[in-house]
Amino acid sequence: MSPFLFWFFAFLMLVFGAAVVLNRNPIASALSLVICFMGLSALFMTLDAFFIGIIQVLVYAGAVMVLFLFIIMLLDLRREQLRKINYVAVAGGSVVALAFFLQIYFVIRQLDAARQPFPALTARTDDVHNIGSLLFSNFTLPFQIIGVLVLVATIGVVVLSKRELR
Amino acid sequence: MVTLGDYLIVSGMLFTIGFAGVILRRNILIIFMSLELMLNAANLSLVAFSRYRVTATGLPSYNAQVFVFFIITVAAAEVAVGLAIIVALYRARQTTHVEDINTLKF
Repeated sequence: MSPFLFWFFAFLMLVFGAAVVLNRNPIASALSLVICFMGLSALFMTLDAFFIGIIQVLVYAGAVMVLFLFIIMLLDLRREQLRKINYVAVAGGSVVALAFFLQIYFVIRQLDAARQPFPALTARTDDVHNIGSLLFSNFTLPFQIIGVLVLVATIGVVVLSKRELR
Repeated sequence: MVTLGDYLIVSGMLFTIGFAGVILRRNILIIFMSLELMLNAANLSLVAFSRYRVTATGLPSYNAQVFVFFIITVAAAEVAVGLAIIVALYRARQTTHVEDINTLKF
């Protein structure tokens, strides 16, 4: 993996991730989130996880973000943009988030394994095959539970979006 | 040379951005997007650990990637249900601003 590509995509992902939080227009936030997920998918590919990278683009940038944009356009949010910012709350929240990041940073700095480079792969990656065979051998029960979960979510969404809730 | 620590730091930064979004923003849709950012930061560190642990076959340990697959599935289901709840909430209250939804506030 080339260091230039890693830092380029990490920078892209972080800048557009910050844009999600900083934009006041929800549509701009949603579109920044798409680019952030593209950068994340490229980072997955630098880690030789091609299947996860493709799934990331298909599921997140494809399905989930289209759903988000539909909902944003369904709800008319223009009125909401002009609210006053509570600067005390913003300062307090930033301090909490910064303290949280510093904790993560110092823990990772102490970690011995974090300083070593990644070991080289000696075989050809065939990750769709490997993940698929793991999914249907070691992880059969979680796989079926996830199927039930998706079914429950589908029924739940249908019930929730009926006209009147009783 | 890119090390495991670099990936973990970037993942921590992304998680912090999502965390800050949940704390700072008052629009429920943006809060929901920030939750997605935090889930994806966790995915990035899982994939980095998966690549770091090369097994005897010369391939990365794929258990973590199966786990990421499950997380993505659960996140997609969660987004569908959450957005349906937001639409129902908007129908009932005509707002997506969390400070207007204060029935349970002490």
